[in-house]
Amino acid sequence: MIKIENGRLIDPANHIDTITDLYIDSGKVVAIGNLPEAATITQTINATDQIVCPGIIDLSVHLREPGFTQKATIASETAAAAAAGITTLVCPPTTQPVIDSTAVAELIQDRANAAAKARVLPVGALTLALKGDQLAPMASLRQSGCIAFSNSRQTIADSQALLRCLEYAATHDFLVIFNPQDNSLVANGVMHEGATSSDMGLVGIPESAETVEVARALLLIEQAGVRAHFGQISCQRSIGLINMARNNGLKVTADVAIHHLFFTDENTRGFNSMFHVQPPLRSQLDRAGLLNALVTDDIQAICSDHQPHEAAAKHAPFASTEAGMSTLETLLPLGLLLVEQGLININQLIEKFTCAPAEILGINAGSLEVGATADITIFDPQATWLVTEDSLVSAGKNSVYLGSELKGKVIHTLLAGELVYSTAQ
Amino acid sequence: MSPTHHNVDFLLMQMTESLRKLISEKNLQDPLFIGIRSGGIWIAEQLHNNLAISEPLGTLDISFYRDDFTRIGLDPKVQPSKLPSSTQDRHIILIDDVIKSGRTIRAALNELFDYGRPASVSLVALIDLGCRELPISADIIGSNLNLAPDQHIKLIGPEPLSLEISLR
Amino acid sequence: MIESIDHNSSQLNQDGQLKHFLTTQDLPINILNEILDTADSFLDMSSQQVKKVPLLRGKTIVNLFFEPSTRTSSTFELAAKRLSADVLNLNISTSSASKGESLKDTLMTLEAMHADMFIVRHPDSGAAHFIANQVTPNIAVINAGDGRHAHPTQAMLDMLTIRRCKGQFEGLVIAIVGDILHSRVARSKIHALRTLGVAEIRVIAPKTLLPKDIEMMGVKVYTDFNQGIKDCDVVSMLRLQKERMNSALLPSEAEFFNLYGLNSERLKLAKPDAIVMHPGPINRGVEIESAVADGPQSTILQQVTNGIAVRMAVMSMAISGQLTSRISGS
Repeated sequence: MIKIENGRLIDPANHIDTITDLYIDSGKVVAIGNLPEAATITQTINATDQIVCPGIIDLSVHLREPGFTQKATIASETAAAAAAGITTLVCPPTTQPVIDSTAVAELIQDRANAAAKARVLPVGALTLALKGDQLAPMASLRQSGCIAFSNSRQTIADSQALLRCLEYAATHDFLVIFNPQDNSLVANGVMHEGATSSDMGLVGIPESAETVEVARALLLIEQAGVRAHFGQISCQRSIGLINMARNNGLKVTADVAIHHLFFTDENTRGFNSMFHVQPPLRSQLDRAGLLNALVTDDIQAICSDHQPHEAAAKHAPFASTEAGMSTLETLLPLGLLLVEQGLININQLIEKFTCAPAEILGINAGSLEVGATADITIFDPQATWLVTEDSLVSAGKNSVYLGSELKGKVIHTLLAGELVYSTAQ
Repeated sequence: MSPTHHNVDFLLMQMTESLRKLISEKNLQDPLFIGIRSGGIWIAEQLHNNLAISEPLGTLDISFYRDDFTRIGLDPKVQPSKLPSSTQDRHIILIDDVIKSGRTIRAALNELFDYGRPASVSLVALIDLGCRELPISADIIGSNLNLAPDQHIKLIGPEPLSLEISLR
Repeated sequence: MIESIDHNSSQLNQDGQLKHFLTTQDLPINILNEILDTADSFLDMSSQQVKKVPLLRGKTIVNLFFEPSTRTSSTFELAAKRLSADVLNLNISTSSASKGESLKDTLMTLEAMHADMFIVRHPDSGAAHFIANQVTPNIAVINAGDGRHAHPTQAMLDMLTIRRCKGQFEGLVIAIVGDILHSRVARSKIHALRTLGVAEIRVIAPKTLLPKDIEMMGVKVYTDFNQGIKDCDVVSMLRLQKERMNSALLPSEAEFFNLYGLNSERLKLAKPDAIVMHPGPINRGVEIESAVADGPQSTILQQVTNGIAVRMAVMSMAISGQLTSRISGS
């Protein structure tokens, strides 16, 4: 039996925030506070001045395997997830080949199980090869472990095809994840369209590239009656549209990628390709809207949208570089920065990292009541660390924080009661 | 020690006479006067006036021809050279204020030749400090001077003209 | 925590002299004037029998063109040769895979050949900044056009043309007409004109050819040519790429010429002594009527001559800035 002693246990699902001890046996939480009778402690983890919370659930992590192993592998990124305090991660279907067959879905989970660092929940493709015409075998994919279905950013242009996808998913009560983007409006765009893009001469992506698709999706979601979630919203106006639908009784959820809460299109000045992301960093107004939506709970979850790249992918003039940031290991420290800035409190943050994404996915995770699986993150909210290529476990060194000191350090990560990461001796 | 100032009118008078003599002895028909920016132009203006030459004075800015560009870079105050007409087959009177290493004259000659092939070039300088680094000598010199290593000479002008000798 | 790059830190040395020429944006007015003054000196050199100076003798200048442009590369080549530099012309296709690495390899190879300067044209905005940040110190980079971002030498040759025609910049009203959206020239001109202190900059185009929030660059937007040209001192036409025609941007050449082409009638609405500029090559009857292009108010040929002088000026200044930064750095 493992004892985690004297930590500040924060479990928003059960409204717990108290300094106490936690006992784990056979991969489950067996007691909180008092030592169960007839128990032998085999291991004690001292969590004094540290926070003990459910393992983080990240709604979007690009693992790059199969297909892009020059960027990262399932082994490298699940190890990085463990170092980041993330115990469950959702991987989009944009692998090569895409997750449109049970073979690919199973391969990913086999590799993840072999690495044994984090739970990997693949998202199945909505359509074959994400091409937007033929339905992927969703029911089989579900049996092979796909948690939800998405066409990622390769939006289905044909509205009838999309409607049928949604209806089919609704038939089986599957969750559909939208990364809303009208690609005809994106065209060759590489950053937010506005004064900055005009000044820099970079092709802009208008806000409507997202809002048009959000609006269409909402209407079709309603018509099909499907469970749906919006991943990585970047525009303030998208939130307005989603709220309007919610007020009409539609049950839809949304998440935001952590970097959209910190950066805007202004950061792109100077052509630093590390700020090339999809969806693009938007305006100050959009950032303010996203931050506000966190407070009002119109955005339920925060994810990393981690996209590791090899050095060459970022080593070119801005528009020729690949989009995406390596954000896995900076997720928690940046979340804590939101708390330090007084935007949300620590309980709200952990809720958006744990039980909220669990609820979106409809999985039994993200809480630490007695009997729950012991996926646990223990971190020191005050400890600082320097982000360097060496300190990042992820194979993707494309972090904008290289050389910066961040506050908030994961000390232990437990996956079903097993230590998968530990900085303590 | 404060800088000392020296009047140059007497030197200029002497130079005017020497130049008049040189032009007639060498039979320099229709000579073209060219001053090197900036002190050389002031001297040239005086001689040009004194000898009542009708053709306008030419000016040369040798910035683009200097041999020390790779050490000191481009002069941000470079101005265009202005030569009144072609230098082809002309007798040129090239005028500078101070001659020392000879490098300025080398640059000026190179530039002159890019405007055409002159019939002859005669060199006039107000002060010769010696210390030549190139095989160049002036046809007419106002005065020879030996300066101590820490002394510095500068022509102040254009009106009135005077020589300033100061310590570095 | 995360700082965006200041343009001037990448193009000025510690003494504030030009060491790369990447954009006119944020350049101090004294540098712009120095470019114009130096170019003036080179312009007057054209009366020389031997039209070159030994300033950059022994220096190797590489024309690195990732986008074909015979005109621009030949004016840079001529400018370099008039400075007595050795010139290498390289046309490189960007279609090859793993662009970043191949670009890095190209730069390293050229550095090994002891190049002193790269003249860069690239279809990607920001490419010149990227290359300037990549090359070893002491190699100067001149932006000869990067994507829609900047074309600073073209902007400065227009500034030289305006200054030589109008004497000064104060009080001038300048209209830039046509495809602003895709124009790196327009962006570089707007930045330069603002720094040089003209009274008013107008851009005139249909909304499909105007970048979003262009007003933020300090210009007045007109969609009606006849209103926008009123009382202008300078009418600066932009080149319209043929492929923009018959797309969703514009219906036809004829309609564009009707609405945004410069003809003699329209030109009468500008000041009587207004000058007409165009970066060339002209699409006659699309952007500008032949009678205007060849007329007395046109400065189109003068712009070509000024272009060589401006390029000579920025080349010598940038090499000079690299040299002196090495001296004070050592």
